[in-house]
Amino acid sequence: MTMPDDSADLIVDGAGPPPPIRRLVPGGAPTIVLPPPPGTITAPNGAGGTGPTVERRVSALPAAQVAERMRTEELRIAYGGKEAVKGVSLPVRRGEVLALIGPSGCGKTTLLRSLNRLTELTPTATRTGRIVLDDQDVDTLEVTDLRRRVSMVFQQPNPFPMSVFDNVAYALREQGSRKPRKGALMEPVTEALRRAGLLTEVQDNLDHPALRLSGGQQQRLCIARALAADPEVLLLDEPCSALDPKSTATIEELIVRLREEVAIVIVTHNLQQAHRVADKVGFMYLGDLVEYGDGDRIFSAPREERTADYVAGAFG
Amino acid sequence: MADAPALPPTARTKPVESSRNWPLMDRLMLACCWVAGVSACVIAFAIVAYMAYRGLEFLRPALFIERPNADLDQSKSGGFLDPLLGTLILTVMGTALAIPVAVATAVWVTEYGRPFWLARAVESGVEIIAGTPSIVLAIFGLIVFQEQLLGFLSFEAEGGSVFGRSFFTAAAMMSLIALPLIVGSTREGLQSIPGHVREASYALGKTKAATIRRVLLPSLRAPIATGTALGMGRIAGDTAIVVILLGGTLQLQGYGDVPGLDVLRGTGSTLTSYVYLNSPAGEGSAPEKAYAAAVVLLAIAIALNFLVDWIVRRDPTKAVTAAARR
Ligand SMILES: Nc1ncnc2c1ncn2[C@@H]1O[C@H](COP(=O)(O)OP(=O)(O)OP(=O)(O)O)[C@@H](O)[C@H]1O
Ligand SMILES: [Mg+2]
Repeated sequence: MTMPDDSADLIVDGAGPPPPIRRLVPGGAPTIVLPPPPGTITAPNGAGGTGPTVERRVSALPAAQVAERMRTEELRIAYGGKEAVKGVSLPVRRGEVLALIGPSGCGKTTLLRSLNRLTELTPTATRTGRIVLDDQDVDTLEVTDLRRRVSMVFQQPNPFPMSVFDNVAYALREQGSRKPRKGALMEPVTEALRRAGLLTEVQDNLDHPALRLSGGQQQRLCIARALAADPEVLLLDEPCSALDPKSTATIEELIVRLREEVAIVIVTHNLQQAHRVADKVGFMYLGDLVEYGDGDRIFSAPREERTADYVAGAFG
Repeated sequence: MADAPALPPTARTKPVESSRNWPLMDRLMLACCWVAGVSACVIAFAIVAYMAYRGLEFLRPALFIERPNADLDQSKSGGFLDPLLGTLILTVMGTALAIPVAVATAVWVTEYGRPFWLARAVESGVEIIAGTPSIVLAIFGLIVFQEQLLGFLSFEAEGGSVFGRSFFTAAAMMSLIALPLIVGSTREGLQSIPGHVREASYALGKTKAATIRRVLLPSLRAPIATGTALGMGRIAGDTAIVVILLGGTLQLQGYGDVPGLDVLRGTGSTLTSYVYLNSPAGEGSAPEKAYAAAVVLLAIAIALNFLVDWIVRRDPTKAVTAAARR
């Protein structure tokens, strides 16, 4: 296993203007293109298009805007004695999006869930190693506080059996309180729905049961719900697997926009998506963090053979 | 292409497969199922039709507003206003006592359930209550409520012995009849809420208490109402507790001087005990009154059944039923 070489990457990132961005062409060697002007957002290529010409949505932020928020240290998680995460050390930073990639069952979800201590809810799950949020061990934090600050969107959409409005409003209210009332919450709720790209579809039926939405709409509702709580760290477990290209683009744009304020970890099976949105990529395999580094480097010049094999599947 | 905007499609393909090509055995089984279902239906309708036929001819509006009298002359023995009120009071009191206890029990067992042995003990406790014949509950209640300490729930006869019979004491035991039904349906409701819904709430930093109050309980309205309506039916239909713990007095007899409370501390009867008393088996021996009251009782039971159906169908939280309604 390679230890994260983040210090080296940080220096590269921080040196002067953003580095050139590699555009990956199928079957060919990566060609270097100049980075788009800051803030430019490139539209994704359609799935059935001419070919996956993958471009970064935006270039990396200057180092001054990057700050570490969370860190795992030799994190090991087992379910009933069977190890699912085997000693992972990983930083999570505001200002850079971290994508976790890897084959199914390699422990991505497990790692993500441990960051806000959701693994505790699985009775068989056991853990060693430290998880740190702003230099505080998460075990010392009140778990409800931790989860308000570190919010999660799940692999499966899981809206509450209540109205669309209440789903988002619930996240905004204090614990079990009914206050603030609906009128006062209308603005933040619609704002969250708008950011998740769902507002135009639901604004006339905010009182409809959320379970009547389509799967993709439900997922965007869950994203809106997670955003509404104004988290400091946002964990996204395959947020776009049920979404159409347009909604996916909306979410990806949201992610790169949010990264300046929120530390974002996204798990994805879509390597092109990982390349489009992520500044840092961690490749996991059978519970190990095999390789961690700049997204561009992982995809163009992976150091480990397993990474190269996996990444080749998407781009080669 | 037509110019007018196309109407939504109306055609439907049948979701039922034809059994014509099934093996003989399967077709026989299907026939048996069909016969069993139809005969249950026929029996139900036979009961309703026969009772309606026998009862409705004796049912007069006056019966609902006249108080009953113990008179051998049937023209003077009055109607069944008091038993009807007795049924209503007892049903409402019994379920009002049962709902909070039952919901709390169900939530605790399903959502907390620690320590494990205590949860199992509570479960078997509820099962034992469910399995206890109501006559045993009645006798047990009589022993308990004749305790001097609980005298305020009924009244003290001359000489200081506690009578132990009143709406309070009968309702307390009646609530035990409804309790397991409400516990059962509430637990089922809780178990039908997938774990990831709770997880979604915890992931927003909500406490377990907030999750139960704002996410779980609101979607339990239908199961709780279903259990309650079933429990009401059982309470309205029980005789043993009425005969033993309600005193079985034909009219409502209050005790004490607080208006309202006096009725609840006093004795009375219900439609079931009224039917029993007036049936050919009872002392009153006025079968026509018994039939008339039985029809009313049956109507109450059927109404409660439809209420259950309606509640379940109306449940806004169930996406499936909502879709079916469209
Ligand atoms: N609740 C659980 N109980 C027991 N084992 C579990 C549980 N959840 C996950 N595992 C095991 O842990 C390992 C990692 O699972 P995890 O869900 O983290 O994988 P993943 O990388 O998210 O996969 P996918 O890409 O398919 O979502 C798997 O081998 C899985 O069988
Ligand atoms: Mg997963």
